Amino acid sequence: MSFEPKILGFLCNWCSYAGADLAGVSRVQYPPNIRVIRVMCSGRVDPAFIFKGFEVGADGVIIMGCHIGDCHYLEGNYEAEKKYAMLVKFLKLIGFDNRVRLEWVSASEGTRYGEVVTEFTEHIKSLGPSPAGGENPDNEILTKLKALKMAAASDRMRSLVGRQRKITEQENVYGEKTDMDEFFEIFDSAIIQEYERARIFIALEEKSRSVKDVAAELDIDPSIVLEHMIILKSRGLVDFGEIVGITPMFQRM
Amino acid sequence: MSEEEKKEEEEPRIGVFICHCGSNIGGYIDCKEVAERAKSLPHVVFTQDNLYTCSETGLAQIKKGIRDHKLNRVVVASCTPRTHEPLFRSCIEEEGLNPYLFNFVNIRDQNTWVHQKVPDKAFIKANEVVKMGVAKAERLEALDKIIVDVTPTALVIGGGVAGMTAALNLSNQGFETHLVEKDNQLGGRLNGLYKLYPKDIDASELLDALKKKIESRSNLTVYTSAQVKTIEGFVGNYEIEVDQDGNIIPLKIGGIIVAVGTSLFTPEGYYGYDGEKRITQSQLEVKLKNNDVKANDVVMIQCVGARIEERKYCSNVCCMTALKNALAIKQKNPDANITILFRDLYTPGSYYEDYYRRAREAGIVFVTYNPEKVPKVEGETIKVYNEYIGEELSIPYDLVVLSVPLVANAENKALAQMLKVPLEENGFFLEAHVKLRPMDFATDGVYICGSAKWPVDITESITQGYAAASRASTILSHNTLEVEGATSSLPEYNKALCTGCEVCITVCPYKAISKNEDDEIVITQVLCKGCGVCGATCTNHAIVIRHFTDEQIEAEIEAFGGK
Repeated sequence: MSFEPKILGFLCNWCSYAGADLAGVSRVQYPPNIRVIRVMCSGRVDPAFIFKGFEVGADGVIIMGCHIGDCHYLEGNYEAEKKYAMLVKFLKLIGFDNRVRLEWVSASEGTRYGEVVTEFTEHIKSLGPSPAGGENPDNEILTKLKALKMAAASDRMRSLVGRQRKITEQENVYGEKTDMDEFFEIFDSAIIQEYERARIFIALEEKSRSVKDVAAELDIDPSIVLEHMIILKSRGLVDFGEIVGITPMFQRM
Repeated sequence: MSEEEKKEEEEPRIGVFICHCGSNIGGYIDCKEVAERAKSLPHVVFTQDNLYTCSETGLAQIKKGIRDHKLNRVVVASCTPRTHEPLFRSCIEEEGLNPYLFNFVNIRDQNTWVHQKVPDKAFIKANEVVKMGVAKAERLEALDKIIVDVTPTALVIGGGVAGMTAALNLSNQGFETHLVEKDNQLGGRLNGLYKLYPKDIDASELLDALKKKIESRSNLTVYTSAQVKTIEGFVGNYEIEVDQDGNIIPLKIGGIIVAVGTSLFTPEGYYGYDGEKRITQSQLEVKLKNNDVKANDVVMIQCVGARIEERKYCSNVCCMTALKNALAIKQKNPDANITILFRDLYTPGSYYEDYYRRAREAGIVFVTYNPEKVPKVEGETIKVYNEYIGEELSIPYDLVVLSVPLVANAENKALAQMLKVPLEENGFFLEAHVKLRPMDFATDGVYICGSAKWPVDITESITQGYAAASRASTILSHNTLEVEGATSSLPEYNKALCTGCEVCITVCPYKAISKNEDDEIVITQVLCKGCGVCGATCTNHAIVIRHFTDEQIEAEIEAFGGK
């Protein structure tokens, strides 16, 4: 039997969902793989939803909103765009970035809705099943997805996404403005750091472990693992456990 | 505890109704079987398939289901929530359920209509989306609509013909009305016009009549040389400051009409425009008014600075204006030679087409030009290439009149920000929906008319003035209003999560979120439109988006995954 991908779609109520309805009214035919979740605005789509979608076996996830400038809520789709940019950066770390898509479909673009869904479904078919889905999902990928979800949900990443326009478009209280390049330098390093921290935290799920042990498992330099461990400790997520020989063990709080 | 609250605390008891929609759904998939399978879903206690769930019979069956099976959640799988959700919500409300305890599943517009060739797959999809819909329904919460008081006072911004008409109409309906005009007199564009097509009455006749009526109204206050300085508040309860020559006048307003009109485009650099021998149509009107047109050979050029790359739109009024002014010149000087160079001539409807016929009969010459080969002004003649004869024509002139577009006011941006309403790409105000809500903005309590939205002529401005006044009166005529209850909130149990980072304040386009004196985040429910961006951005997941909560959406995702 040919591969029938499971596709999850998040559609904004005012443009894309209306566009999808218009596709129906116009009897535009497209593949039946997509399952739609209606939200009021594409900016409502929390990145956590996409990670969750992949965790439960989606082969592809598509978010659709109003065209830029046409948002029913004035600027919600700009926020969707920023969240999506972060999402893609995170998903790239596990090679899932081509399984997610952001598209603008207006209420009058029924035909285009059909085209977008058809094209995306074909694209996902060509990629084959998600390693995180199916009967026997790859546990390593699932663990990594969990780490990505945790990293994206961190206060730091959400602050950076939420404040991006303010940081790059307005001056701070000291009259300084951050340019885009500088912002993305910070942003990109935060992506890596938060992902590594989340992986370390998850690695401590079962039992307390040493820095060296965790570093070897995750293939991250022990000195970096130690730095992360100290930050996780300052955030109140991990703490010292017993000391084995001369090696301190870390455990979750 | 009220009856409703008691119900809410009970275990979910979900009823699922699968609509055949005649053969629209039932013709492709086995609705009976979809209903049968839904029985095994968690908390589903009753399922039924109906020929038309939205019919009298269907609605009665939902009500019976609620009564007989003590349902406290209802799921309908049929067409689309965009058209039928209000109907089903009020149906369950009539049976004593909170209207938010209803969930819609789309199995027609987004299923049977679009997968007609693969009905077996459409059947599987229907079962799965019903499962997702039930998963959300399990977690739905009863919500209260918010009731707000209404100040029965209107503000009309802009004292042109549209604004004057709207203000007069509201005043006549008995609403206290304030009309703010930035110029030192009322009238807007009417002040510069000579005659009005299609009946050729004097513009001053209409203007004087309107002014007189306005003066006679005791509940209508006019502020000239005035501008709106600040706008705070929300539908029914705006607090506004008007700046009149430096004096600040505070107003309490229930509804606002935007009638700011347009600005004139100055065709610097086009066809040797100099304001004397080469002028615009509005300059010509002033000359006509003063009986000051000496020219005998007049050439009018249409679409000057319009329908081009920088300004793609058609200004709508210029074709008729050119015809009107050409006829006016002819009337004063029947020997005048008038040529109109045009790209396309728009004279829709019988009145305007008749006007065009009269212009032709009067001997006015019409010559098309190609936008790729625009006419050239060379000394005392105009050269224009004519496609039909394949030759360049030389037309002598002693007056060139340029038809320039009406353009959006530069101040629109600031006003749009104050009102929290959008502008379109050319800087005009953008209505909520071009066909369904043409006089409304997406923001409740704010309406639009006249050329603020798009260049329109006097007739259309008057029509729109009436329309906007009528839309505003739908709010002003009530003592209280119900506002959507599905908004964002920072519930008591989540207050400890809030770090006070203010990211939510930054992303809210409606300024619904602020900090109080105690430095706590406060969400003003009536200002919130429920977009949910704040919740998806909140750095510590403290904000809850009612009716689209994380928990509800995650339940849908889990159901999607088959878990």
